[in-house]
Amino acid sequence: MNIYVLMKKTFDTEEKIAVNNGKIEDDGAEFIINPYDEYAMEEAIKQREEHGGEVTVVTVGNEDSEKQLRTALAMGADKAVLINIEEDVEETDQFTTVKILEAFFDDKDVDLILAGNVAIDQASGQVGPRLAERLNIPYVTTITDLQIKGETVEIERDVEGDIEKVETTLPLLVTCQQGLNEPRYPSLPGIMKAKKKPLEELELDDLDLEEEDVEPKTKTIDVFLPPEKEAGRVLEGELDDQVKELVSLLNKESKVI
Amino acid sequence: MSRKVLVIGEIKDASLRNVTFEAIAAAQKISNDGEIVGLIIGDKDLNESGNTMIQYGADRVITIVNEQLKTYTSEGFAQAVMEVIEEENPEAIIMGHTAIGKDLTPKLASKLESGLISDVTDIEVTGDNVVFTRPIYSGKAFEKKIISDGVIFATIRPNNITPLDKNENRTGEVSSKDVTIKDLRTVIKDIIRKTSEGVDLSEAKVIIAGGRGVKSKEGFDPLNELAKVLGGAVGASRGACDADYCDYSLQIGQTGKVVTPDLYIACGISGAIQHLAGMSNSKVIVAINKDPEANIFNVADYGIVGDLFEVVPKLTEEIKQLKVNA
Repeated sequence: MNIYVLMKKTFDTEEKIAVNNGKIEDDGAEFIINPYDEYAMEEAIKQREEHGGEVTVVTVGNEDSEKQLRTALAMGADKAVLINIEEDVEETDQFTTVKILEAFFDDKDVDLILAGNVAIDQASGQVGPRLAERLNIPYVTTITDLQIKGETVEIERDVEGDIEKVETTLPLLVTCQQGLNEPRYPSLPGIMKAKKKPLEELELDDLDLEEEDVEPKTKTIDVFLPPEKEAGRVLEGELDDQVKELVSLLNKESKVI
Repeated sequence: MSRKVLVIGEIKDASLRNVTFEAIAAAQKISNDGEIVGLIIGDKDLNESGNTMIQYGADRVITIVNEQLKTYTSEGFAQAVMEVIEEENPEAIIMGHTAIGKDLTPKLASKLESGLISDVTDIEVTGDNVVFTRPIYSGKAFEKKIISDGVIFATIRPNNITPLDKNENRTGEVSSKDVTIKDLRTVIKDIIRKTSEGVDLSEAKVIIAGGRGVKSKEGFDPLNELAKVLGGAVGASRGACDADYCDYSLQIGQTGKVVTPDLYIACGISGAIQHLAGMSNSKVIVAINKDPEANIFNVADYGIVGDLFEVVPKLTEEIKQLKVNA
């Protein structure tokens, strides 16, 4: 099976967010593999262990993305591809990313593409389904179980807490939800091996794309932090009085009950 | 500039979801006295739902009823919606950022080669510009975005845009449209309901959430009682789910659901940053925790330091009293 994983690097979940000149300040921030992409990575390796084949992890990013790609290789991916757009593209959106990925997949023989169901930074959740549409293959989002039986694929997906059982066919794109698996940590031998695994670097030129082909359809005009919340009130006194005061505050001051 | 706006409505358990009315309110802002066209899809007669959409502000509604659209599939629904888009040529399209909205709209945007701004919490219209605000970095920041090219297309987060008042006297045309659905490559075999009947977490106005402090499955009982009295839903932190006190379907946080109720009562939740990401934009937050140093108190509007098993039942009683006296 030819298995591909779409990966994105994101801020570490513990990072504090600061805004500078209408942009998120990323100087000195710690980056990680988007947590949902880790489920995709893990599932790709599991499916390869079961069905054979090769796992290629692909990212659209900049030279710093190499770190996360090496981690993915250390987890067990066979090959990595970095589509480095830093030099060519100033602004991107999901349209841009998908246009680039579509060009990348144009000459590839694909059985399965896995992605996270959402990235924790921009949280659009668009790239997977948009790409499947361009490649004219079916997709299933927020999956929590994946069984490949020949050409038939049986999937369970999370739909706002309910479980939907879906049957579909390969080639297929899925986006992964928490609960699908427990992503492994890279082992020490894995990390050593990863250094020697192939990491291909491509630019727009290599995909026969011009800058105008990937011009975004949306524009970010401002980024700002939510207003600082006023310090809350910790109630005092006898518990019974506290509860009475709370109910009165919720009823009369906040008017939420 | 006035615009024709298509609102893709959503039916759940045979009735329109609230977010559909919120989407109509969003459409009204964007349309600037243009036309608001509703669209609903299903396998049974949708006339009543169509009229309801009109009472909430749609000018006319198109219904598509087809046996193959009984359960949602991206392929089936996309075929139906695309026929309407091609016929109506809307200048804007709005839908709820729900499980179906998240799954369907990227496919439509990809077909249309258009932009799509998802998970919008606010809309401002200044002159011809429509500016969408959406949370990023799990609500730790916000961005304002515009569509720079092509159709205006957005999904709105439930519970953030106030619906218009229902007007029973409002009338408009509800027309049905026939479509042929073909070549479905995905089939829904079964749906297993895990969410309890009652209030949907993502649309709930009141949420009572439990964390590790709840200590057991039974520990959720007082929270359920309080939720019942307030007509709210029960949620949980990852800690409570990991400890198997409740199902992952209740999880609120970075992985899990993002909620913005009017009232969020956190019981025995320490307030890890990943949990805050899922609820910190709630309008009013109450924290109940034994540990006065717990991080949850930093985001709470009101806090009670104490044992949730003492505090929550008292709170339930007090609210019952309030309701009786009201």
